[in-house]
Amino acid sequence: MFISSQNSPPCFKDFTLVMPAVAVGNVGQLSVDLIVSTLNMSRVGYIHTDCLIPMTGNNPYATSKENAEELHTPAEVYMATDLKLAVLQIRAPIIQSKSKKFRQLLVSWIKSSGFSRTVVLSSSQAYQRDDQQMQGTPLRYLVTPSLLKESADALKELSWREMERVAAYPGLTDTNTEPRLYVPGGGITKGLYTDSCTEDIPLAVLLLFCSEGDNIPDAFTLVNHLNDWLHLLDDPSQKPNKWKIPTSWNLLFGSGIPPALF
Amino acid sequence: MATFFGEVLSVYSRAVEEDDEELDENEEDEEIRRELEEKREVHLHWSPEVSESLKSGNKLPCSDFILAVGHNAARFLSVYVLTSENWDAVGHASVWNERSPAVASEESTCVFYRQKDDPAVWICQVTCYVAEDQLFQWTEKVFDCLQLRQVNVTVLSESSVSEFKTADYLCSSSAPFLRSLHTAAFSGQPVCRSLEQPNIVTGLPAAVLNHCEVHHIPSVVYQCYSDVTGPDSVTMETFKPALTKLGKSVKLDPSPNADVLRKFVRTTNVQSNLYI
Repeated sequence: MFISSQNSPPCFKDFTLVMPAVAVGNVGQLSVDLIVSTLNMSRVGYIHTDCLIPMTGNNPYATSKENAEELHTPAEVYMATDLKLAVLQIRAPIIQSKSKKFRQLLVSWIKSSGFSRTVVLSSSQAYQRDDQQMQGTPLRYLVTPSLLKESADALKELSWREMERVAAYPGLTDTNTEPRLYVPGGGITKGLYTDSCTEDIPLAVLLLFCSEGDNIPDAFTLVNHLNDWLHLLDDPSQKPNKWKIPTSWNLLFGSGIPPALF
Repeated sequence: MATFFGEVLSVYSRAVEEDDEELDENEEDEEIRRELEEKREVHLHWSPEVSESLKSGNKLPCSDFILAVGHNAARFLSVYVLTSENWDAVGHASVWNERSPAVASEESTCVFYRQKDDPAVWICQVTCYVAEDQLFQWTEKVFDCLQLRQVNVTVLSESSVSEFKTADYLCSSSAPFLRSLHTAAFSGQPVCRSLEQPNIVTGLPAAVLNHCEVHHIPSVVYQCYSDVTGPDSVTMETFKPALTKLGKSVKLDPSPNADVLRKFVRTTNVQSNLYI
């Protein structure tokens, strides 16, 4: 359930919501971190739920000593009013038996908040691509019919590649089996998309094929891809990189090493 | 994953399982799942007097709630605070999960104590494993019993120093040390440094802190990073400053009886066959 952290609850009417799916390599979550930290967005509330594994820490986007001591929770909502942008960050894995409940919670929150569109940033296992998916760009999109109505022209202009439906049983030429949507390693991505289709929610999924490892480059790729559409930053491809890496990305590969080693 | 020497290691993966709920589940599967879910529910058991008061709709008055999670933190309270005979054990929580011992031991591993002089001061010791899906429920249920007007929540917890991330190399003499994390509603000054990013707190302390943050309850977690695996007196002592702030309501025994200390340290000597 959404709980406001301010005195008056925020109004999301006609805002764009960007949220990650907890998926392979945490690419969506890393991309969302870049957006919140670069646009200096302010926290407006929490999603307080038993569907996420509890975790907490100090401010992941701290810029100075003054704002470093600020408690943050597993799922929080940020807002940039001038851009009409809201961002949901999810920092913890979803409890497996509760993923359906979590999806329902998100869908009902998205519906009741009145977002004009929702963009889910996600990823999928690179090693499970089929032959056609291995060619060209690793970026794909999915869009629900209700968003397609509004954004058909914009999507055409971007000339993005839609996520292919793959054969349920590759290699078998059985005409009875319909090709299906398959997002391995995508967590709630597919469920959220199909739920949004049935609930008539304007939602798009942007995803990237990747493997686990250092996924920071993947996050930049995905967030730049999103920016081509939403224009959050003027020209992010310009050097130096305009996306601001948050302080919480420090020491991703462990602590310092003993100096006596050398 | 198998290594060169053939032993099989379980590899932690950040990859996510594909939703498998499309698979048709038969009724029997569903029933088993439901039964498991029921079994995993957290239950609170109170003494007759307390449950009477809860039944009549009165929540339990609480001004200080001290929660100790883990063997060192719990034993610290046993040695330095609970020895003073001023405490009543008034309840316990029962938690069943995959790590619960097959034969339930007599001793409860999640006990609530109330001070005799001031029944608004509470202590809770948790030494059992609370599974990830039970943390939220435990917190909701416990805090639902307490009257939370002007309450102060203090959580003592511990972690291995190997989990502490820092750019400087930690030399062995620096452990054990204490770090704090507090909610926005907490107004005091913590007795130690704040937990540096990118370190995080997980488990029961995180569940309690999340609950307190969202409900505007002043709360602070003191996390001790230790390099000793079992409970030891040096690690226990690092918690001392955390309770000095509560001096008015909780008296620390300045010099605990060595026998008491020995009892609490020795009972959990790790049974290791590493150096046979």
